[in-house]
Amino acid sequence: MSYITNLKCRECGQEYPISPLHVCETCFGPLEVTYDYARIRAAISRSIIEKRPHNLWRYRELLPVDFNENEVVGPNSGFTPLLHCKRLGAELGLKHLYIKDDTVNHPTLSYKDRVVSVSITKAREFGFTTVSCASTGNLATAVAAHAARAGLQCYIFMPEGVEAGKVVGSTIYGAKVITIRGNYDDVNRLCSEIADKYGWAFVNINLRPFYTEGAKTFGFEVAEQLGWRLPDHIVVPTAGGTILPKIAKAFKELKEVGLIKSGEFKIHSAQAAGSAPVIHALHKHTDLITPVKPDTIAKSIAIGNPADGFYVLKAVRDSGGWGDVATDPEIIDAIKLLARTEGIFAEPAGGTTLAVALKLVKQGRIKPDETVVVAITGNGYKTLEAVASAIEQPSIIDARLKDFDALFDRLTNGKRTADSAA
Amino acid sequence: MAVRVRVPTPLRRFTAGVDEVPADGGSIKAVIEDLERRHPGMRERLLDEKGDIRRFVNIYLNGDDIRFLDAINSKVKDGDDISIVPAIAGGR
Repeated sequence: MSYITNLKCRECGQEYPISPLHVCETCFGPLEVTYDYARIRAAISRSIIEKRPHNLWRYRELLPVDFNENEVVGPNSGFTPLLHCKRLGAELGLKHLYIKDDTVNHPTLSYKDRVVSVSITKAREFGFTTVSCASTGNLATAVAAHAARAGLQCYIFMPEGVEAGKVVGSTIYGAKVITIRGNYDDVNRLCSEIADKYGWAFVNINLRPFYTEGAKTFGFEVAEQLGWRLPDHIVVPTAGGTILPKIAKAFKELKEVGLIKSGEFKIHSAQAAGSAPVIHALHKHTDLITPVKPDTIAKSIAIGNPADGFYVLKAVRDSGGWGDVATDPEIIDAIKLLARTEGIFAEPAGGTTLAVALKLVKQGRIKPDETVVVAITGNGYKTLEAVASAIEQPSIIDARLKDFDALFDRLTNGKRTADSAA
Repeated sequence: MAVRVRVPTPLRRFTAGVDEVPADGGSIKAVIEDLERRHPGMRERLLDEKGDIRRFVNIYLNGDDIRFLDAINSKVKDGDDISIVPAIAGGR
């Protein structure tokens, strides 16, 4: 049972039947899945959803698949923790600061498990036997892992220079990884051409309208976990531009189907300073996004030519939100701050988002009493290289108590003594 | 200047299903005009009423996005490789 009606062009409104089509034949605009909201409204309620297992499929009526619990790919993805952060909040001067923690998403520890579980479920529905993607890392590992469990063939295309953990993190699942001499945008272009020619399901290309719908689950969960209400602010990283507009859409859909009665939100975009084409356009008050050549440690969000950048600008402006950039040192400081205050180890995309949230607070755009959610989308263990040099190295001593006494004295500058006599 | 142009699926209805076609022109603008002469209907898919390249169309000249070159006025020479790709990218 699914509640989707057709595919519709976001630019010119042309409609198409549900199929692995991502581009409007008339204007090349992106296609989006449309839903029968009236039927969905009649079919769901808060209590129905609350009784379902803790995964993203609890929102199945608002997802573009024919749900069958025996066929679904990614049965444990989503429903990650929403943490009220008192210690971090104190640092930022915020009483109601929450982190939505996709660092522990199942099975590959990033928000990508959401969009991949939905798109591969749909690919299988369409009868594809090979799935693929263009990816620098998080998407690749997610596609490889979900494809393995679904028994599908998998090809991953990557640009040069991806972190070791992420490369091994794809090949280990049996996926064939092809490295392309070029950057991420070069890889995407090639993959568009391969998708055309080979008839594979590229989750972020020909399956894109279904893929992007998975991102809504991030927003649904935030609202449900806050007690079926919307936050005043949500700060979201922007790479290709998928997640931010879909979180805004998710919040609107919750009202459309009667799960939430009212509430406004401001959605803010965060980019790395070295790859911020959307923020540049936002700050210049223009619609025209000029591509950039990315240069930042935040490799997972280093997309110089974001396909959905235009929709990010629209969602941000429609909500009265804003956005800013974080430099590489600011990103690392934010990663450390989050780890030290709340015990969450985020990859640079997470550091970027937190650093920008800090700026928005300093700019007075976020007030101390407001409810703020910061989207942490990937796990720091996958990008150790980014922070390794910025962390203090361990002390080394011999296995002698007096050597430890001397070290402890140095570390605490002689201010403390041992708590008990030897 | 004789070049080869790679055509994405949505435009192949104008080229009788062929995915790579020859064209002539000293600039991207001229090549598009030539494509229109050989395959009527192409220009309207690529350019808007003002004659600018549509928002969701990416054009690559020898692998480079023409927005990093001279956009529609980018110079084209013999043997150049042009690729028209819908602007869909994403996921990381």
